[in-house]
Amino acid sequence: MSLAPAREIPNREGPERPAARAPIVRLPGLAPLFVLATTAIMAVLVGLPLFTVFHDALSKGTEAYLAALKEPDALAAISLTLTVAAISVPLNAIFGVAAAWAVTRFEFVGRNLLMTVLDLPFSISPVVSGLVWVLLFGAQGWFGTWLMDHDLKIIFALPGLVLATVFVTLPFVARELIPLMQQQGSDEEAAAITLGASGFATFWRVTLPNIRWALLYGVLLCNARAMGEFGAVSVVSGHIRGLTTTLPLHVEVLYNDYDYVGAFAAASVLAGLGLLTLILKTALEWRHADDLSPARKH
Amino acid sequence: MTAAVARPGRRLVQPSILPGFPLAIGITLAWLGLIVVLPLIALALRPAEIGLSGVIETLTQPRVLAALKLSFGLSALAAMVNAPLGLLIAWALTRYAFPGRRILDALVDLPFALPTAVAGIALTAIYAPNGLIGSLAAQAGIKIAYTPLGIFIALVFIGLPFVVRTLQPVLEDLDTEVEEAARTLGATDLQRATRVVLPTLFPALISGVSLAFARAVGEYGSVVFIAGNMPLKTEIAPLLIVIKLEEYDYAGAAAVGLAMVGAAFAILGVVNIAQNALVRRGRA
Repeated sequence: MSLAPAREIPNREGPERPAARAPIVRLPGLAPLFVLATTAIMAVLVGLPLFTVFHDALSKGTEAYLAALKEPDALAAISLTLTVAAISVPLNAIFGVAAAWAVTRFEFVGRNLLMTVLDLPFSISPVVSGLVWVLLFGAQGWFGTWLMDHDLKIIFALPGLVLATVFVTLPFVARELIPLMQQQGSDEEAAAITLGASGFATFWRVTLPNIRWALLYGVLLCNARAMGEFGAVSVVSGHIRGLTTTLPLHVEVLYNDYDYVGAFAAASVLAGLGLLTLILKTALEWRHADDLSPARKH
Repeated sequence: MTAAVARPGRRLVQPSILPGFPLAIGITLAWLGLIVVLPLIALALRPAEIGLSGVIETLTQPRVLAALKLSFGLSALAAMVNAPLGLLIAWALTRYAFPGRRILDALVDLPFALPTAVAGIALTAIYAPNGLIGSLAAQAGIKIAYTPLGIFIALVFIGLPFVVRTLQPVLEDLDTEVEEAARTLGATDLQRATRVVLPTLFPALISGVSLAFARAVGEYGSVVFIAGNMPLKTEIAPLLIVIKLEEYDYAGAAAVGLAMVGAAFAILGVVNIAQNALVRRGRA
């Protein structure tokens, strides 16, 4: 890969690679079998659950569906989910840019350790990601008494939901930016600084345009997880209806109340969000493949 | 820039003409410290309150042991099953052109993109005795939802993308020269597939499977609805943490959490070592 900014390289024609280079094993005789099996597995394992969400949400008609979504608790859950994401995602985006700048533009002691710690939240169970906040701020947490004395509430309240969400979504943006910025190198930024640009101008006019699509990609994934997270927020939420139930928790509450239409209606909103994320993500992979982390070019 | 320090090899930060290091590293360390390090220190230290004997006592409670066994056992099984499934799907998606290929390719990520609670209730609806597949299975006398089989299916669902997405880039960038050489030497297509392509895929397959396994061990949302959550039978380890927290047994919950994290890391570490050995042998 050249060090030139990726965006100046013309896009490859379409997302698809040119037809397989000649001598490649393809087992043409098995093609129908393999394609059929793949389609069947994907349809049953992945397609069917998606279909079920919308089918069951609409099983009592559109009116029941819309009524379930207009219910005050459902609206409160949607607004809480948006609030949590609106706080968590920008914080992790700023962190991601700062971490990528530090890690890819400087050599320092402990750099590899830092990258390992940065990835940790991905390998930790969502439930444990919620548990750690209860251990700190719960009624019997390290800071529990202090919080109670000062009349502050973190667990079973918005701050706890935000902290749990921030924890599970922390690596998303940094992970998209680090490989890309590593590949791009710092020549352009060094040139800008040498020519007398300020640090801020260099970041704003050189770095940001180079990483904008990868940043968007990371924010997209970060946001999808922030809005859809269940395990971690479930532990810190307390499930107070209309107050601390995000949309995924609202799904759980209704489902456990045997309100299936309501549960699937709320689930359909989240599934729609998931589908939208998938479409935007795929579009970015097709149109801006060269501006994304090298791992995304397939 | 700063004057050179006597021994360049021991500088904390290599000098650079780029600005912004203090700010960037400051934000990074503050955020990581607050969000990741501090909470994990709590996770590591809280079990100490009940002492080593307390931790052992907690982890050997029949209910805890059963949950850990169930979570790790079914996760391993699901990850193994994901290996051939993922290999098949990755192969078809990279080596054949067929209508709908791109849609299938995008759908592979659905288990990532679908919030886990949504997947959980959808899978339960499908595999419950009155569900689409559950009712068919019931006629055959098989119960899927609310049994370990249901948990297994949910774990296969969430693990699949890890295997496919790890294999795909390797299958695409495979060195064609090796395949060509094998053909020149008279290998048939099938021989080349099984003796040339498969072995080169092995390291990627192992890392995909171990990623799927690690995810499955900690998975909560997509499993907890279909599991049925019967103590000793279909109770998964993450759920046990929730239950211990509800009983205000913080140290016990932390002990189970720490055991899960520790065991998962240990297994991943072993897999990593095995994989490196495999890659080295391949290169030799």
